[in-house]
Amino acid sequence: MLETIAPAQEQAPPFRLLTAKNQAPSRTLPDRYRLSHLRQLEAESIHIIREVVSEFEKPVMLYSVGKDSSVLVRLAQKAFFPGRVPFPLLHIDTGYKYQEMYSFRDQFTKENDLDLRVYTNQPAVKDGTNPYDLGTAACCGQLKTKALLDGLAAGGYDAAFGGARRDEEKSRAKERIYSFRDRFGQWDPKNQRPELWSLFNGHIREGESIRVFPLSNWTEIDIWQYIELENIPIVPLYFAQEREVIDAGGTLIPVDNFPFRDRLRGPIKTVKTRFRSLGCSPCTGAIRSEATTVGEIIKEMFQVRTSERANRVIDHASDDAMERKKREGYF
Amino acid sequence: MTSFIAQKEEQELLRFSTAGSVDDGKSTLIGRLLYDAKSLLDDQLSALEAKARVDGDQPDWALLTDGLKAEREQGITIDVAYRFFATPKRKFIIADTPGHEQYTRNMATGASTADLAIVLIDARHGVRTQSKRHAFIAALLGTPQLVVAVNKMDLVDYDQSVFEAIRRDFDHFVQQLGIRAPQYIPISALLGDNVVDHSESMSWYEGPSLLHFLESTPVGINRNLKELRFPVQYVSRPNQNFRGYSGQILSGIVRKGDEILVHPNQQRTTVESIVTYDGELEEAFAPMSVTLTLADELDISRGDMLVTPRHEAGVARDIEAIVVWMDHVPLQVNGTYTLKHTTRKTRALVEAIRYKVDVEEASQVEGQALALNEIGCLKLTTMQPLFFDAYQDNRKTGSFILIDEQTNLTVAAGMILKADQGGSDTLLANPVSAAERALYFNQKPLTLWLTGRVGAGQLAVAQAVERALFERGGYAYRLDQSAPRGLFRLAEDAALLNKAGLAAVVVDDFWQNPSREAARAQVGADAWFEVHLEASLGWAEANDESGFYEHVRGQRDHVDRAQQYQRTTATDADLTLNVEQLDVPELVASILAALETRGFLGRLRDEPA
Repeated sequence: MLETIAPAQEQAPPFRLLTAKNQAPSRTLPDRYRLSHLRQLEAESIHIIREVVSEFEKPVMLYSVGKDSSVLVRLAQKAFFPGRVPFPLLHIDTGYKYQEMYSFRDQFTKENDLDLRVYTNQPAVKDGTNPYDLGTAACCGQLKTKALLDGLAAGGYDAAFGGARRDEEKSRAKERIYSFRDRFGQWDPKNQRPELWSLFNGHIREGESIRVFPLSNWTEIDIWQYIELENIPIVPLYFAQEREVIDAGGTLIPVDNFPFRDRLRGPIKTVKTRFRSLGCSPCTGAIRSEATTVGEIIKEMFQVRTSERANRVIDHASDDAMERKKREGYF
Repeated sequence: MTSFIAQKEEQELLRFSTAGSVDDGKSTLIGRLLYDAKSLLDDQLSALEAKARVDGDQPDWALLTDGLKAEREQGITIDVAYRFFATPKRKFIIADTPGHEQYTRNMATGASTADLAIVLIDARHGVRTQSKRHAFIAALLGTPQLVVAVNKMDLVDYDQSVFEAIRRDFDHFVQQLGIRAPQYIPISALLGDNVVDHSESMSWYEGPSLLHFLESTPVGINRNLKELRFPVQYVSRPNQNFRGYSGQILSGIVRKGDEILVHPNQQRTTVESIVTYDGELEEAFAPMSVTLTLADELDISRGDMLVTPRHEAGVARDIEAIVVWMDHVPLQVNGTYTLKHTTRKTRALVEAIRYKVDVEEASQVEGQALALNEIGCLKLTTMQPLFFDAYQDNRKTGSFILIDEQTNLTVAAGMILKADQGGSDTLLANPVSAAERALYFNQKPLTLWLTGRVGAGQLAVAQAVERALFERGGYAYRLDQSAPRGLFRLAEDAALLNKAGLAAVVVDDFWQNPSREAARAQVGADAWFEVHLEASLGWAEANDESGFYEHVRGQRDHVDRAQQYQRTTATDADLTLNVEQLDVPELVASILAALETRGFLGRLRDEPA
């Protein structure tokens, strides 16, 4: 039999991988030292929040009143217990949020002893900026992106926590946990710092900043399960109830307090609906649902077959709508 | 209902990375996993199908996975993307890394947090260099489990011998590396063979399907519960009565009443309580984030580490480490970088490249430079000691990153092999090296040579530069003609200051010779920076306070000299500034900016308290 004979002249010595274990672990973990996926995600997020507070001079948490914000606040409380959350919350208010969101925001921040700041692009509001006359992109540009950048600059914040998750949208899938922004608040997706292990590089120059996403590795289901597990308060709009809505070509828009009621065409119906994600009233639709508890929402989630932001008008204007907004400074 | 939710909350989490070339079918495999695990949603699917209708082809799974516009246009993936799916048994996080040659850094990033790596091999092409490289990097980053998915089995008629040949080839390679044997699975991602369900076309294969393997392989197997490693991340002092140390347990278990040892001051104390928002705990373990209070009041701050006294961490300033270089600017031997390790940041000096690693051949090679995507073994010295374990024993305490002090970019990922022999123990016997001085002073030796006509204001600028350097933490000394010195003597003195690691700021208005070549040769080109302060003769004469011009004009013999002087400007300056147009602060700012660009000045940025 012809065996291959090793060549007389050996080449360079093979490299032994000194960084790798060469043997299988002798035993698996005892059950009591297993940590469920939610507790692992929680520990990771707390680590991120503490790291930012330790390395930055003036952090702030972007607070959108939604379910992810509620979770983010809980994680911050856990990170600094028994101390208080050591940074303010900043709500970028477009003026078009639902009334339930404003009342929830004020009560939630008061009960939890949180330092809430609200910032609005006042000149744009005075000009009557709205998505019907300007289009959704320009309206978001003024009331959200510009307001956000101005609000961050006005506060002199060098790090801003946001509740974005990588499973939300495909351009988010590549975003770092520490997302570097230049002096204009812009994101350069082709020039991101590599992020290895849980070692974050928070080095910035004067005027530059980072956005931090402690929920990066959470999915929508994780958020709901955590809300259930931790009994975290959320805006009642997330729960189904009979609402008077305009059926505007499949998008269900509640008409209660709706500022552009006369601009919508479509039949008015009373339907049991809830919101999967919350935004501005002109641009966020409700979905038909029977879910009135978090448990029922989770059950519904396992059956639902549309992605979370599908009811957001802003995202599907074009295939790369979200990426463009992010480059310009949007969250 | 409650039990249903509770059961879902108790799921395990498996993180894995995938690597493969454009043609290996990686996107198809991920699309297939997401599809079969029902993680694709109707609107994503309809977007996919709409595109497929336009192109008149099968759904293009890459459309789902290529997130950025630039990538979709170029049809390539340029960055690590994270994707999520779940089955009733487990939650999965995929780090999806591009497989192009220039993206070693992406593969390393994806592998750094992975419990498992899937390496894709195209059955038609057999084991190619690319696949070896993927396996190599995954293993280098300490990924505990490798899965080799031999894809496109449908295109080789599901032939067992093709699969076996690939397995043999790859096993040979893996044995050379000295790592655990991978799991081999023959699949067709396109048709779904052995992805979720057992393939009927490959009845000869008796192992698990890919998804079955992902669901059943033990997770957390490289989690170390033996040695407590708790780096202090944040000192919590909400009121006078509470002093807690917050952080994430990187390995081990901590119990109330346990004795612990604090690095670096080596004091011992006991754990008084384990505080969390959800109440106090009796014990906590990796990877929980908790807050500990201790029995004694010790001086402990961020970056210190609490450990089990029976298993102390390694403590050293000299380490040997494998690094993956990730920046376009190559590694500088004798350069200094900020090193971040656990919650500790310190400055590190690259003393030498021990060897480089040829990923293609999986061998050690000689080399004196490390460029983007290259891997090498370095000897590093840090300003403060590190508390560490070898990477193969503990990924969390064995890893670090290097940050460029000028650009702030993350330039390298490092894995500690061991403390360097001949390090701290014999330190006393070693003379202090120039590199150590540079590390300590946070500056490279520098001779800033300010030349120009008499009266061009060299002295005022020199004093201002000296102060500016001093204020930013630099060590500078000004040499001028308060004692009469010749050109050569000034250069000699400057060279001596440089040897001591200091910066020399030299005031020069010797005007006979327009070249400073001799002084430059004495000081050495590496440390030399010459600034010519340019002024017209009229301006210089008007601003001269020394009486030089009056003196020269008063002496008939020296008329020639005055004429000669009229022609004189430095011919070899690194930077020329016009003093008639700029005031002193502007001149200083220009000089500092130029020094920074040349890499003479480090950026001192202290951590906020």
